[in-house]
Amino acid sequence: MKIVVCIKQVPDTTEIKINPVTGTLIRDGVPSIMNPDDKGGLELALELKEKYNAHITVITMGPPQADTILREAMAMGADRAILLTDKRFAGADTLATSHALAGALRKLDFDLLITGRQAIDGDTAQVGPQIAEHLGLPQVTYLCDLSFDGKRTFTLTREIEEGYQLLEAEAPCLVTVLASARNPRYMRVRGIVEAYSREVETWGFDQIEVNEEYLGLKGSPTQVKKAFAKDMKAPGSVYEAEPEEAVGIIISKLKEKFII
Amino acid sequence: MDFNLSKTQILFQQMIHQFAEKEVKPLAAEVDEMERFPLETVQKMGPVGIMGIPIPVAYGGAGGDTLLYTMAIEELSRACATTGVIVSAHTSLCAVPILEYGNEEQKQKYLPRLATGEWIGAFGLTEPNAGTDASAQQTTATPEGDSFILNGSKIFITNAEYAHVYIIMAMTDRSKGTKGITAFIVEKGTPGFSIGKKEKKMGIRGSATCELIFENCRIPKENQLGKTNEGFKIAMKGLDGGRIGIAAQALGIAQGALSETVKYVKERKQFGKPLSAFQNTQFQLADMETRVQAARWLVYRAASLKDQKVNFSSEAAMAKLFAAEVAMEVTTKAVQCHGGYGYTREYPVERMMRDAKITEIYEGTSEVQRMVISAKLLK
Repeated sequence: MKIVVCIKQVPDTTEIKINPVTGTLIRDGVPSIMNPDDKGGLELALELKEKYNAHITVITMGPPQADTILREAMAMGADRAILLTDKRFAGADTLATSHALAGALRKLDFDLLITGRQAIDGDTAQVGPQIAEHLGLPQVTYLCDLSFDGKRTFTLTREIEEGYQLLEAEAPCLVTVLASARNPRYMRVRGIVEAYSREVETWGFDQIEVNEEYLGLKGSPTQVKKAFAKDMKAPGSVYEAEPEEAVGIIISKLKEKFII
Repeated sequence: MDFNLSKTQILFQQMIHQFAEKEVKPLAAEVDEMERFPLETVQKMGPVGIMGIPIPVAYGGAGGDTLLYTMAIEELSRACATTGVIVSAHTSLCAVPILEYGNEEQKQKYLPRLATGEWIGAFGLTEPNAGTDASAQQTTATPEGDSFILNGSKIFITNAEYAHVYIIMAMTDRSKGTKGITAFIVEKGTPGFSIGKKEKKMGIRGSATCELIFENCRIPKENQLGKTNEGFKIAMKGLDGGRIGIAAQALGIAQGALSETVKYVKERKQFGKPLSAFQNTQFQLADMETRVQAARWLVYRAASLKDQKVNFSSEAAMAKLFAAEVAMEVTTKAVQCHGGYGYTREYPVERMMRDAKITEIYEGTSEVQRMVISAKLLK
């Protein structure tokens, strides 16, 4: 089985602050990490590697510094790493990013394509599904678990609001994974020792298959109007009541606020 | 001269820091309180490669160097000094001597299991009447056919009870003093080998510290480590390396106490402002930080010299002497900065202060380190 995992380097948002004047993220001095959902996806791939002897390629689009998370992925057990970097990719929104990644993925052979559900810096959850659309792949989002019949068919469990959904998909397909679905392993010491003597392939526009119009700033229809920190919500009221009594409380509260 | 960490070292620190925070720190107070050996942590460290950092890949290790290993002991000890010494004694005093003095069969047999943490290692030199004076050894090894017969006892043995492999020093020629000592590899479960009294200690209370008893314990001749009568040399070389591990443990304890103190003085308010706003606190912290950094570079330098395969005995002794004293001083100040709370077990600095003391004593007391350092000066 061949697996490709898309990963992203993000600022550690547990450490991040927002500039109150400009409304933008203050990234200075904030450590960069591998996006947690992507790490969950990589862990899933590593478990499949152990089970089915899969080969894992990790790919990221980003500035040259994103090399760090590819080394981390290799130290965790990934076999091959590709850094997609080119000035022509800069300024990309989710659509342009997914086009660039899809352009690179057209050059790779895989049975399973894994992305994180969403990145903690933008929380859009769009790139994975967009890649699937560009490549015409079946996609299963919010994946919790999967098994493989050894030939072409994946049996997948996805998380939905009411419970779980059990699906089948033919390879190649794309899945998006939640960080909470997997407990990522630590980098292995041996992997760390070897990480910087291994190759990270650098791919630019010339190595991928995509229309240049779709890339970078000009391929990005999204415009950020305003970014702001959410006001803290006042704590709500908690009532412990039987259903019938609870309905009464809810109705009276809604009336109180002139909602009904 | 480059004082920057390499990319590999930065990546390693990222991993070991996370490991210590998530897997080690949450257990530290309980391990101390219950005097419990954290076996589950060893089982987690094995697959990650922490139990075999400086062991070559060919023998199942991670293929790292002494400096990475040192950083690991530092980070583990920052969270829990017990966990630090388990790895240090296992690696420096058992796995590394087998790597450096073992024959190929011994390396093949023991290193892969030690490096993956499947087996834990220990080392036995100290006896009731032979502490710093190692020449007063009373444990004997008498050849008999294809075997040696061991008789005697060892005390204060770290990892005893949990270890599977022990490097034991015993007299093969009593007339020659330290030059009549030979090293042996003894496996757990060998008839005639038993674990005696378990010590109740001031600090590092989760580490198993026991007596080893040998009563007509027959071990095969192929378990002799190194040459006959060269055991003392093996022990001293092992302790040279071990001192770097203990120095790193002391450094980690000091760093842990300093970090706890920085956190505490920002939170704790007296006279309407946080303790951190008082100049006395600031000066205390500045002194602590300066001492910790000085210790860190002595420790890293000793490790780096070992990696360069040059003589590092004196530097290892200086690193251990200084780092241990810094650990004692910084943890004492940390308790003081915490006031009454610092004296209680609600805060970890109380444990850290108790843990720090041992670093001035084991693997050569501070006085022994001074002997080593001055001996080189006066040579």
